[in-house]
Amino acid sequence: MTSILTYTFKNLPSSTWALRFSLRPLSCSSQLRAAPAVQTSTKKTLAKPNVRNIVVVEGVRIPFLLSGTSYKDLMPHDLARAALSSLLIKTNVPKEVVDYIIFGTVIQEVKTSNVAREAALGAGFSDKTPAHTVTMACISANQAMTTGVGLIASGQSDVIVAGGVELMSDVPIRHSRKMRKMMLDLNKAKTLGQRLSLISKFRLNFLTPELPAVAEFSTSETMGHSADRLAASFAVSRLEQDEYALRSHRLAKKAQDEGLLSDVVPFKVPGKETVTKDNGIRPSSLEQMAKLKPAFVKPYGTVTAANSSFLTDGASAMLIMAEDKALAMGYKPKAYLRPTYATPKVLEKAGLTLKDIDAFEFHEAFSGQILANFKAMDSDWFAQNYMGRKAKVGSPPLEKFNNWGGSLSLGHPFGATGCRLVMAAANRLRKEGGQFGLVAACAAGGQGHAMIVETYPK
Amino acid sequence: MVASRAIGCLRRFANASRTLHHCSGYICRNFSRSSALLARSHINYGIKDDVAVIRINSPNSKVNTLNQELQSEFMEVMNEIWASDQVKSAVLISSKPGCFIAGADINMIAACKTPQEVTRLSQEGQKMFEKLENSPKPIVAAISGSCLGGGLELAISCQYRIATRDKKTVLGVPEVLLGILPGAGGTQRLPQMVGVPAAFDMMLTGRNIRADRAKKMGLVDQLVEPLGPGVKPPEERTIEYLEEIAVTFAKGLADKKISLKRSKGLMDKLTSYAMGIPFVRQQVYKKVEEQVRKQTKGLYPAPLKIIDVVKTGLEEGKDAGYLSESQKFGELAMTKESKALIGLYHGQVLCKKNKFGTPQREVKNIAVLGAGLMGAGIAQVSVDKGLKTILKDATLTGLSRGQQQVFKGLNDKVKKKTLTSFERDFIFNNLTGQLDYQSFEKADMVIEAVFEDINLKHKVLKEVEEVIGMHYFSPVDKMQLLEIITTPKTSKDTTASAVAVGLKQGKVIIVVKDGPGFYTTRCLAPMMSEVIRILQEGIGPKKLDSLTTGFGFPVGAATLVDEVGVDVAKHVAEDLGKAFGERFAGGSLELLKQMVSKGFLGRKSGKGFYVYKEGVKSKDLNSDMDSVLAGLQVSPKPEVSSDEDIQYRLVSRFVNEAALCLQEEILATPAEGDIGAVFGLGFPPCLGGPFRFVDLYGAQKIVDRLRRYEAAYGKQFTPCQLLIDQASAGKKFYQ
Repeated sequence: MTSILTYTFKNLPSSTWALRFSLRPLSCSSQLRAAPAVQTSTKKTLAKPNVRNIVVVEGVRIPFLLSGTSYKDLMPHDLARAALSSLLIKTNVPKEVVDYIIFGTVIQEVKTSNVAREAALGAGFSDKTPAHTVTMACISANQAMTTGVGLIASGQSDVIVAGGVELMSDVPIRHSRKMRKMMLDLNKAKTLGQRLSLISKFRLNFLTPELPAVAEFSTSETMGHSADRLAASFAVSRLEQDEYALRSHRLAKKAQDEGLLSDVVPFKVPGKETVTKDNGIRPSSLEQMAKLKPAFVKPYGTVTAANSSFLTDGASAMLIMAEDKALAMGYKPKAYLRPTYATPKVLEKAGLTLKDIDAFEFHEAFSGQILANFKAMDSDWFAQNYMGRKAKVGSPPLEKFNNWGGSLSLGHPFGATGCRLVMAAANRLRKEGGQFGLVAACAAGGQGHAMIVETYPK
Repeated sequence: MVASRAIGCLRRFANASRTLHHCSGYICRNFSRSSALLARSHINYGIKDDVAVIRINSPNSKVNTLNQELQSEFMEVMNEIWASDQVKSAVLISSKPGCFIAGADINMIAACKTPQEVTRLSQEGQKMFEKLENSPKPIVAAISGSCLGGGLELAISCQYRIATRDKKTVLGVPEVLLGILPGAGGTQRLPQMVGVPAAFDMMLTGRNIRADRAKKMGLVDQLVEPLGPGVKPPEERTIEYLEEIAVTFAKGLADKKISLKRSKGLMDKLTSYAMGIPFVRQQVYKKVEEQVRKQTKGLYPAPLKIIDVVKTGLEEGKDAGYLSESQKFGELAMTKESKALIGLYHGQVLCKKNKFGTPQREVKNIAVLGAGLMGAGIAQVSVDKGLKTILKDATLTGLSRGQQQVFKGLNDKVKKKTLTSFERDFIFNNLTGQLDYQSFEKADMVIEAVFEDINLKHKVLKEVEEVIGMHYFSPVDKMQLLEIITTPKTSKDTTASAVAVGLKQGKVIIVVKDGPGFYTTRCLAPMMSEVIRILQEGIGPKKLDSLTTGFGFPVGAATLVDEVGVDVAKHVAEDLGKAFGERFAGGSLELLKQMVSKGFLGRKSGKGFYVYKEGVKSKDLNSDMDSVLAGLQVSPKPEVSSDEDIQYRLVSRFVNEAALCLQEEILATPAEGDIGAVFGLGFPPCLGGPFRFVDLYGAQKIVDRLRRYEAAYGKQFTPCQLLIDQASAGKKFYQ
């Protein structure tokens, strides 16, 4: 039996602006650790009486590609549609059975702002199947799953599809506000005189385009800058970061070569070759990596192109059902899902500690960020001052950590990463024979998300 | 109760005080054991690879101050470093988060009796910094926190500067605000480093420069971001990180991997090219000098001397420049103006403390009644310090106007880039506008700012537990003073609470006892009465304005009446006239009454003594006032009507009333009297306030003047007992 316990946490009530990046994913794991060391026999179920069991049936993703490569001429809903179609094929689920579709995405294509709906219609789902899009930076797909779990738990749906998509090859670049205003006013102008007077106000600087926000709106800080600062806060060296990134790439390569990345489905790109595997995996050497100049904090920073995740195009999708429904339809589920928004107390009641976790799947946006997280989890001072705990949580053992590569090497299409993490954890547990997996991810704006995945006995 | 509003025109000085606030280190004395056997108390240093890391950390003080001990320890360390084969470069850093070096020790200067002694101090500093400048081993100044005055002069003598991009990291030379000049090579190095125009700007305004701007100007070479939470307190780790980065750069400089040459922008290149032409330089000196003369009316000697010293250095060479710097420094330190300004600085430090202790309950939520200019101003300075503020008005129009005022104040900061738009919105969110009394029970303090009408106030003040007077000055976001009024019934905790709120709002605070006009309004009223008499005697508003500004007031007396509002002035004159009788007489109230009846209320109605038009800065006399003034004319008394006499008639009435306030214990200390007069009423800063003025000018001379005017006009000029006592005993208010 596999069970997944989802646990999301929202903004800390008094989040200081500086305290952004790393904390949330940590604190969740810390809660786990805090759990009284109740025995955690494999027989133990996290199921609760009178609560509907929710399971993951299957998950897929199209290969994650460096942006500007094979997917560059497509639109986001094309990728999402591909993931949806592949899921339908792989699971054979009848379209009309699906009650609801939810996708996560970050940088929205304005033409398809509800990308879930466009992809669903394109994939042949009925127009009676509602679909909506969620956004929560890098944990958008996690939110899509969580939302779906909520729908099933509350009895509104039996079968949902959750996924995520991101296409960084094309981003909406807008006219400046001044230009837009003039164009809108021109639209309303009735006489030639009005039009001419509007046009006479035109200035060349109106043509300066507006790029999608590179910096976070509330802090005006870019992610890379923030990561560099975070690494410095925890005194993570450049070498440590490069070593970690290299590990990620090596493990990803190994997993790819051994065919472990079974959630990847081939995608025939219109007008181009069929893409079958992730193309961002580049095991290099420490010497090569050491040559790179810092990408954000110049000239002395430590975050470089080699130890950060790259801009990625990709999409993922996952079939989630109520257990009774899945069994009735003859599926062999992969995992149970518990009702969402579990509080730390619920986790403590689950009686799990870090030691019980067999597979860790953490989102690695930057080497520096992951390593800073480790240091924070291993610090009593941090636990006491920022988490209100008596003692440290302890950092996860590296031999159980992102063993099949991570966002650094596989790529990180913002909106789609969450599903990849859950599937990696579920598949690793099945392959390696563990019981509990911990999935965690951080997101811009100082948010984080974590869930527990419990393997399904064969 | 009456409250007057002195419209703030203390711009120049408002800046001054802000700066001074940061360099509170000036006065701190570090006491440490002088025994040579003991370890150094201000400085320790260690060696990382081949880089010497010198850490400054003066004991028992929040700031590092360049006092004699620190200087000698520093030179001792530097000599060791220069002599050591092991060391190739050095990093200079402070262990105190928030302060690199806040400046030289003022008391070192105050202890000197002659200009020659001060000059010697300056020369010692110059020599020390010259050694640093010529150091064969590169020295990197790693700056986090305030780097001011002597601290900045030290930093610019080093070969390289790295600063944290923190709001607390500010660089500047605020000496001019104390009536002196940067006396340790600053006047000579700054022009080389940032160019002549920028150097003049820094030295003549004393302004603080934030790290990112300093980088753009070429004042620092690298920036380091302050760090967030980690496995140590962020401030501590930030300093550590700054040190790590500085060590890297020090190594790079020693190995010649990092070049000291700065790439200059096109504008910088053009400026420095232009400044190479003697004719252009002469024009610049001329222009700057003109501007300074216009702004200071020749009342402040320091800015002119700064120009002179810079000029000497550029035109006659380094040696002449240094010599001139040290001599002028010595001369300035002995001036009355410098003593007055330093006195104000000390007073301000005093008025930035809560001598009533910590209030039992921290005020977090306040409510402001009335969204007028004053109420909204109070709300503005409260929300941006994180106080949750309810702004309540009786009408939606009034409320919206007030909310807009708060928003505009914040948005102006966004335009100046001191706030981001997000921070603005976050701060603005602390404000709740409403028309009713919902949630008032949650307010820890209600500040009532409804129009000055006693009935209205009584209505508003029903059912309140504790009442204390808080007299703000308009515009609240610009005027620094807060006058707090206590009665015998006011509890100490309430006072502590009001002071704490005021301090949070960034105010300098004087606490006075209740009485008609409190302290500030009471001092102003007799002077205003004299203003009217002088106008009646046939001195025109323009002439009167130039006489008062020529004495050092930031705003002319006639303009002040227009700004305050003629109706308010009338109101005050009537009320205080009733309370104090003959002493407050002089000018005829009829003048103000007629002005009010004609609708000449001053700036707010478009006409007063002058005519005001939207968007027009230059103002013309209101010709309709001619007949009013003619109708009330009295003949002047020639024996007390010279320009100087007119100035002293105004000031002596002010000073006499201030002394009376101290005599009657409305005021607790002369220092509060000086701060109140300068920051609330625009009393000339160069005179240091009424009490400092009496000390510096001589109590006897003031009494003599008062007696002379008394002979001409009577009781209004009768010197108060305290002044007479001071004069006869030869005593001073400040020892």
